Amino acid sequence: MAGLSRADVEHVAYLARLGLTDAELSRLEGQLNHILDQYAKLAELDTSAIAPTAQTIELENILREDVVTPSLPVEAVLQNAPARDGDFVIVPPILGGDA
Amino acid sequence: MDITRLYAHEMATRLRAGTLSSRELVLASLDAAERQNRTLNAWLTIDRDRALAEADMADARLSAARDEGPQVLASLHPLLGIPVALKDLVSVAGGQCTAGSRILEGYVAPYDAHITERFHDVGAVIIGKTNMDEFAMGSSTEHSAFGPTANPWALDRVPGGSSGGSAAAVAAFHVPLGIGTDTGGSIRQPAALSGIVGMKPTYGRVSRYGIVAFASSLDQIGPLARDARDAAALLHAVAGRDARDSTSAPIAVPDELLALPAADDEAAAWLKGKRLGLPKEYFVAGLEPGVETAVRGAVAALEAAGATVDEVSLPHTDYGLATYYIVAPAEASANLARYDGVRYGRSTRLEGADFIADYLATRGGGFGAEVKRRVMLGTYALSAGYYDAFYLKAQKVRTLIKRDFDTVFAAGFDALVAPTSPTVAFPLGARLDDPVSMYLSDACTLPVNIAGLPGISIPCGLSEGLPVGLQLIGPAWSELDLLRGARAYEAITADAGWRTVEPADLARVEDPTVPSPGERIRLSV
Repeated sequence: MAGLSRADVEHVAYLARLGLTDAELSRLEGQLNHILDQYAKLAELDTSAIAPTAQTIELENILREDVVTPSLPVEAVLQNAPARDGDFVIVPPILGGDA
Repeated sequence: MDITRLYAHEMATRLRAGTLSSRELVLASLDAAERQNRTLNAWLTIDRDRALAEADMADARLSAARDEGPQVLASLHPLLGIPVALKDLVSVAGGQCTAGSRILEGYVAPYDAHITERFHDVGAVIIGKTNMDEFAMGSSTEHSAFGPTANPWALDRVPGGSSGGSAAAVAAFHVPLGIGTDTGGSIRQPAALSGIVGMKPTYGRVSRYGIVAFASSLDQIGPLARDARDAAALLHAVAGRDARDSTSAPIAVPDELLALPAADDEAAAWLKGKRLGLPKEYFVAGLEPGVETAVRGAVAALEAAGATVDEVSLPHTDYGLATYYIVAPAEASANLARYDGVRYGRSTRLEGADFIADYLATRGGGFGAEVKRRVMLGTYALSAGYYDAFYLKAQKVRTLIKRDFDTVFAAGFDALVAPTSPTVAFPLGARLDDPVSMYLSDACTLPVNIAGLPGISIPCGLSEGLPVGLQLIGPAWSELDLLRGARAYEAITADAGWRTVEPADLARVEDPTVPSPGERIRLSV
């Protein structure tokens, strides 16, 4: 299995939305490649005829009645918001310009 | 008599008789926890006022029940008035819940977890929240953002992890019962390294509503205790279907969990005619000789007491580590995407920057090294072009690993017997810089999570003065049998010398000259 280059590590960090320092990126490059070497072991197994397992208990399509149930009080939810305006959470602007 | 040395079932007997109050028990717990936390760092939050209020409520319920007569008294749950510890990823409304992470420091849970509600219902008293590896990712509790926890058996060693705070608090007699979560071994491995009982129930047995998620197809909640009866009572209190966790199964929780035999001969009789399998793949390189000796000794004792033991094979065991370290990080990378600093948690907003820069700064500054490693692994394993090679492949191997267990249980084995951890507690700092060696700590436990099965670790002796854990693994929903098996093992080893040995470093745990575990790590680096 091909290893991860420094550029790959930087790309994955961006996909994961992790701002990493140069030292962290260098350390992770070595560690991730060491861990990926362990993954290679799975290639020994022929799994072409094996179905994947996503969960281990046979529960499917759990439904509930479509009824209104109480939600949490606004104050309880908003107490953890880093920035708020009344009953709203202030979020960072996601569109350009002077919003 | 030091009341903190009582088992929960002994406390319950005295509470009902009125010879002991919950307030006395809770005060003793709080005092021990507060006095010893500098050297153990087992607790992140100790809530004295809340605990004493809950204790008074429990005493009022006990007193009212005594007035109403023996029948009402007998209907009380045995956990009423008993002090318990919660791992700091269980939501308690109005209390901090950090999951061991800087990114959740100061976060106040707006609601109770399902298991918190159950504790309120039965009247158990929550003493506080315990230390853990950040987001439950780790096998030593060293990956906590709030410093490592020390092992009461040897203060320069880890208690295991990720539920190391709960394990240390129970091993040090602060509380008779603790809650942990187990994604790859995080209840059983710290139980083994701390010399106590720890059970991971079947996937779906306990609702995870209100628990901070790590890997959703693997996570389960379970008990840490000093004996099988107490573990069974705790499981009874929290297990069962809850509509708010769709993966919690509508399977009846047996009331027999509250009736494990007290008498040793009755308990030991369970073993007669039982078939136990010894998976040969769990006795290979990396297993410390002292651990192997203790585990094989335990197996011989089980056999002598009437069980049949045969070697079995779980041929895909060797693929467990790679499978786990694809599936768990992949699920973690998705679960941890929610920590973006927008609605709650640590938030870094940079002046004039776009919102992605805010995310990068918030997450880069808020997560610790191990969490970053796993999020990176998971993101990579799920990324375009690698999904089939990693994640889908791992899910297929997961099928093979599960089939190994299905085949053995279909052949008539009641349970499998194996080591819990290949080693005893290791020194603080020893595996911090080598992630793969840390991951190998869970080689004997993580296949059980991959297959969704129940497993329990029970103490089975000492190696070089440190505890060794024996693991019993059963088919799905066999918790009662595993606990009966654990109780039987306690019964047949009731007179063993190692049972009377208390954690050695409890003698030094209040010594002001002993460094804290955080100081030890800093000194060793």
